[in-house]
Amino acid sequence: MKFFWRDITLAVATLSVAVGVGASSANAADWGPYQVEDRRSGYTYMTDESRAMQVDTFQNPGMLWVEEGADLWTTVDGKAGKSCSTCHGDAAESMKGIGARYPVVDEGMGKLKNVEQQINSCRGKNMEAAPYKWESKEMLSLTSYVNHQSLGLPVSVKVDGAAAPFFEKGKAFYYERRGQLDMSCSQCHEDNAGNMVRANILSEGQINGFPTYRLKWQKPGSTHRRFRGCNKQVRSTPFGYGSDEYVNLELYVKWRGRGLPVETPAVRN
Amino acid sequence: MPKTKTLVSAFAAILLMAGTASADELAKYDVVDMAIPTSLTGKAGDAAAGEKVFINRKLGNCLACHQVTALKAQPFHGLIGPTLDGVAERYNEGQLRLQVVNAKAINPDTIMPAFYRTEGLHRVLKKFDGKTMLSAEQVEDVVAYLKTLK
Ligand code: HEC
Ligand code: HEC
Ligand code: HEC
Repeated sequence: MKFFWRDITLAVATLSVAVGVGASSANAADWGPYQVEDRRSGYTYMTDESRAMQVDTFQNPGMLWVEEGADLWTTVDGKAGKSCSTCHGDAAESMKGIGARYPVVDEGMGKLKNVEQQINSCRGKNMEAAPYKWESKEMLSLTSYVNHQSLGLPVSVKVDGAAAPFFEKGKAFYYERRGQLDMSCSQCHEDNAGNMVRANILSEGQINGFPTYRLKWQKPGSTHRRFRGCNKQVRSTPFGYGSDEYVNLELYVKWRGRGLPVETPAVRN
Repeated sequence: MPKTKTLVSAFAAILLMAGTASADELAKYDVVDMAIPTSLTGKAGDAAAGEKVFINRKLGNCLACHQVTALKAQPFHGLIGPTLDGVAERYNEGQLRLQVVNAKAINPDTIMPAFYRTEGLHRVLKKFDGKTMLSAEQVEDVVAYLKTLK
């Protein structure tokens, strides 16, 4: 019986390899920068139409939020009478690389911070303005704008030194089964990337395109919104937006996509 | 490996109710030779009802991962698990029952959820906490349906 089951598992593995190709493209497609070694961006699992929509700046609906973010960048807000640009000048210069290398360890807090948290930290400390709500239009717009300044740059996060313990926690989270369905992130996005789960093709669950514009949502969503959705999908209690658990997970998932280009705003189903 | 193992030692209540069972009402069953030889409800299941549970996305949702030629009118069969065509010829009823009740007892690493288990799970949404994915009756119906896949 034991051997029997192993045979079945092997058969499934073989099947996975056989069908492990993109949505509408043939075997051994050349994905250019969207594939690095065995790692592929969610872009390569999308339909041709979604891909075309993403790369055309005029068609990409996420660009509306980027433009909104550009306006916020120069808008004075808060008691200090400052805007982001007062201190950071031209975002194309000052924000380049942020989307590729965040989350990072914040020495002061002694833990990781991601882009949303850095934005709110600047709003509080440097602008004396109220923090943005996590999934608000303003937060999505400014995060999209900041990350967009790294468009095309390879994802490269620091996971050693002070970041190491947080990276390890994020990794443990990734492999932990949870929810009534008792599944881990890895079982869907590592073991079954490329396979159909009913009508959906499973991607590697990469986060190089966040905030991503989801056709299903008709708006962009943050990384943590996606994490919450994937937790609830297996009937597990999600963690809060900006929770340590999710920021640690964000570092691990970002590292999984090392070398992939920043795509913000990516277009996904 | 012990030949007989009691996995759930709660009340041997016979569940005839619809919906999911909560922990203290779980039907008791014995695993013998990697199979659950006797019905959880003490009765044979209904294959036609089982087909509905099998397809229903909020219940079995078995097509999320499996393919069944007899159900080809249903769109989108997943490719995570093997085809279930001919599964009744590969396994006996008791083996099919264990596969549905707790696939992890057979293969601890499987992605297939345990449809009749409440213990050993983490951070289950409150709405589903302490509840099984299928009721004992639904499990028996699904097993009866699987037995038609020859
Ligand atoms: C009063 C000046 C000031 C204002 C206004 C300001 N920041 Fe900052 N910002 C800083 C300073 C100083 C740092 C570096 C240390 C820190 O985190 O405070 C920083 C750091 C950052 C970083 C991280 C840079 C890195 O290399 O890691 C980002 C991203 C950022 N700010 C975005 C913003 C955004 C977006 C706004 C507008 C909502 C804003 N800042 C407003 C002063 C400012
Ligand atoms: C039951 C399977 C399943 C599990 C378990 C699961 N996901 Fe997902 N996830 C999906 C599906 C389906 C999608 C949408 C299609 C796709 O991109 O794979 C998705 C999408 C994503 C995306 C968006 C990818 C992109 O390119 O924009 C991310 C990120 C993600 N998941 C992360 C996670 C993380 C982190 C976990 C663990 C907390 C997790 N998922 C657990 C099924 C799952
Ligand atoms: C998340 C994916 C998933 C879901 C949902 C799922 N299964 Fe499975 N199932 C699998 C995988 C993968 C296997 C292969 C064996 C293993 O992983 O141990 C399997 C194996 C089986 C087998 C043994 C098949 C064989 O030929 O060896 C049966 C029977 C079965 N599943 C029935 C069901 C039924 C009935 C349902 C719905 C109540 C269901 N499965 C839901 C993934 C799934």
